[in-house]
Amino acid sequence: MSRALLTGNGAAAWGARLAQVDYIPAFPITPQTEIIENLAKWIDTDEMDSRLVTLESEHSMITAAGAAAATGVRVFSATSSQGLLYGMEMLYTVAGWRAPFVLVNVSRGLAAPITLESDHNDILAARDCGFLQIHCTTCQEVLDSTLIAYRLAEHHSVRLPVIVNLDGFYLSFTREPVELPDAEAAAKFVGNYDAENVQFRASAPTSQAVAVLGGTPYSYFRYEIHLAAQQGLKVYDEVATEFAQQFGRKHEAVEAYRCDDADYVFVMLGSFASKAKAAVDQLRDAGWSIGLVRPRLLRPFPAERFYQLLKSKKGAAVIDQNISMGKGGVLHSELASVLYGKPDAPPVLTSFIGGLGGRDISQEELFEMAKVTRDAYEKSETPAPRLLFTQDEMREVHKLQAVAHVERQELEKDHE
Amino acid sequence: MYRIRFHGRGGQGMKTASRILGSALFQQGYEVQDAPRYGAERRGAPIFAYVRAAKVLINERGIIRHPDLVIVADDTLVPIPAAGVLAGMDQHSVLFINSSTSADEWRSRLNLTGPVLTLPLTADIEDRAVPYVGAACAGAAACLLGVIPQQSLAKAIEDELSEHGAEVVRKNQQKAAQAFEAIAKHTGIVSEAEDISAHDYVDPGWLDLPFEQASISAPTIHAGLTSVEVKTGLWRTLRPVIDYERCNKCWWVCSSFCPDGAINVSNDGQPEIDYDHCKGCMVCVAQCPPHAIETIPEQQALQREEQT
Ligand code: SF4
Ligand code: SF4
Repeated sequence: MSRALLTGNGAAAWGARLAQVDYIPAFPITPQTEIIENLAKWIDTDEMDSRLVTLESEHSMITAAGAAAATGVRVFSATSSQGLLYGMEMLYTVAGWRAPFVLVNVSRGLAAPITLESDHNDILAARDCGFLQIHCTTCQEVLDSTLIAYRLAEHHSVRLPVIVNLDGFYLSFTREPVELPDAEAAAKFVGNYDAENVQFRASAPTSQAVAVLGGTPYSYFRYEIHLAAQQGLKVYDEVATEFAQQFGRKHEAVEAYRCDDADYVFVMLGSFASKAKAAVDQLRDAGWSIGLVRPRLLRPFPAERFYQLLKSKKGAAVIDQNISMGKGGVLHSELASVLYGKPDAPPVLTSFIGGLGGRDISQEELFEMAKVTRDAYEKSETPAPRLLFTQDEMREVHKLQAVAHVERQELEKDHE
Repeated sequence: MYRIRFHGRGGQGMKTASRILGSALFQQGYEVQDAPRYGAERRGAPIFAYVRAAKVLINERGIIRHPDLVIVADDTLVPIPAAGVLAGMDQHSVLFINSSTSADEWRSRLNLTGPVLTLPLTADIEDRAVPYVGAACAGAAACLLGVIPQQSLAKAIEDELSEHGAEVVRKNQQKAAQAFEAIAKHTGIVSEAEDISAHDYVDPGWLDLPFEQASISAPTIHAGLTSVEVKTGLWRTLRPVIDYERCNKCWWVCSSFCPDGAINVSNDGQPEIDYDHCKGCMVCVAQCPPHAIETIPEQQALQREEQT
């Protein structure tokens, strides 16, 4: 095992390489492209024995990934943002084929307006499609999760594709020290893919995912996907435990940081959760009893784990780096549904929307969210959800609006 | 924890600078995080890169708000607000500018109280466009931190640039060493700031975002392509200049090819470059059939303008 500086994209590529994938359908998109470039380079220099094919769109790319997986080979692909959404029809479709593979998504906000920077609306748009989801906070986790994802996807009681999610820029282009497992140990951990009866061959045709008449068979097939996803909870725990035994790093389905004796917790997903960890340390230095609860596994949703971790807390500040238009933070509502009516559920669940389009969340803001949550508990009154947005930012937007105003006037002058 | 920010323009090697410094610190046993921020992802547009280094695991992430050291590769960026060079600097932060203007002059221009250092890293102006400035910036940063020996810097350059060949590595090592030695008397001037305290911090100043009608709140620019009011000409490191003696007013190839629509044709058929918006891509230079458009470094053009 060696320790080197790697970007999140580099770590994802290493994950695919160490998992000895056979086939990589690809389509470029910022900030993901570097993953594919790394893999292409290794294939070129014979460091990897795989076939990489560039497709004409993400829709075709995901179709190719599913079709290749249905022949029983190990498949890897990667995309981001608009690309993930362009492939959305096929995400639902290939999950229904029950042919497992691993897709890395590098999170990036969705248009319009268009941005390159990260938030989680892209990955959460794929929440309900049948792909399982692992969310990463560090570059190390990106590599480790990719290996774990193959075991999870290919497990005979799951057999569903898995998305490993990492945030654009904050992980994709950020280098951190990463332990590279040695190739043999990684190959042994991932193991050979036993495709069971997933054996689509030209000489032995099978009809994959046929049409059904009426709701009865449809309900059966769809609900079986849901049940398989739920099996993923147990399988994930087994695989993560085995991973920890071999490599010494435990990646729990829900990470709990300094939670045991905490009165309050932050709940959040993705790379910004490490900032919340730093804030927890700083708040504890200032006398707070606070921790962080961070789901690594989002689908299947570790509901019972959440309940156990949040039980008897005074309050949880849920920070969503996403927004469901007309509703609010997705994680907040998912968590509320888990806790509703349960004994000793925390009386206060504050909701914050922050980090949209890569907007930073400062340490001061994390301190302030802790304070708002404590005040809410003390006053027994939960405040309305809040967008993290400052007076300075409003001034910046007003400046842009002023520019737009001037230009519209000039345009109108030209037309006269 | 050390927090270092590099500011430059797209194409000046700020990502490389941050990686060289990151690698060198990693070799010295530090936990490291290095990353570029591309901004508009265009050559010449302001970009920055940052490095964090500590003896313990780093949980902080993203933009550095309170830098210990700011390195500026291109002094024309300092006065551009969008470049954010001075953001979050305080008395303890060290500002290093690649500039032939004196440190005192910059200190008084910017009204700064903390340490300011300058050094002309790039002997001739043409050098600004080449990537050595990145390595030189990394060399200066390494010296100012005072925890990286020169051999380690050289090794980091080799690790980061070896795929470009031995000659590139050697040249970069040489530039970095020159910068390192030139400011040796300031070795170790950078100090690590205290973390912000959760006891006593500045209120973030949130507001409740007000509802505004779509006529105001839709993201619309009332012009083609890009905003007229946003002077993207600031991104230029090279300037195209039309030699009207040679220009035969062909069929305005330059104007047709300019990806930014920055060449207008006057009523009498003369092509005119709009320098407020020309980004200096040099497509027009390459396309002009009688080679009537020449290239001069932007810096030189500005100096000429100042003199006249
Ligand atoms: S360099 Fe020439 S082609 Fe490029 S933006 Fe400027 S005027 Fe247009
Ligand atoms: S392409 Fe050259 S010759 Fe033609 S109009 Fe432009 S500058 Fe003149």
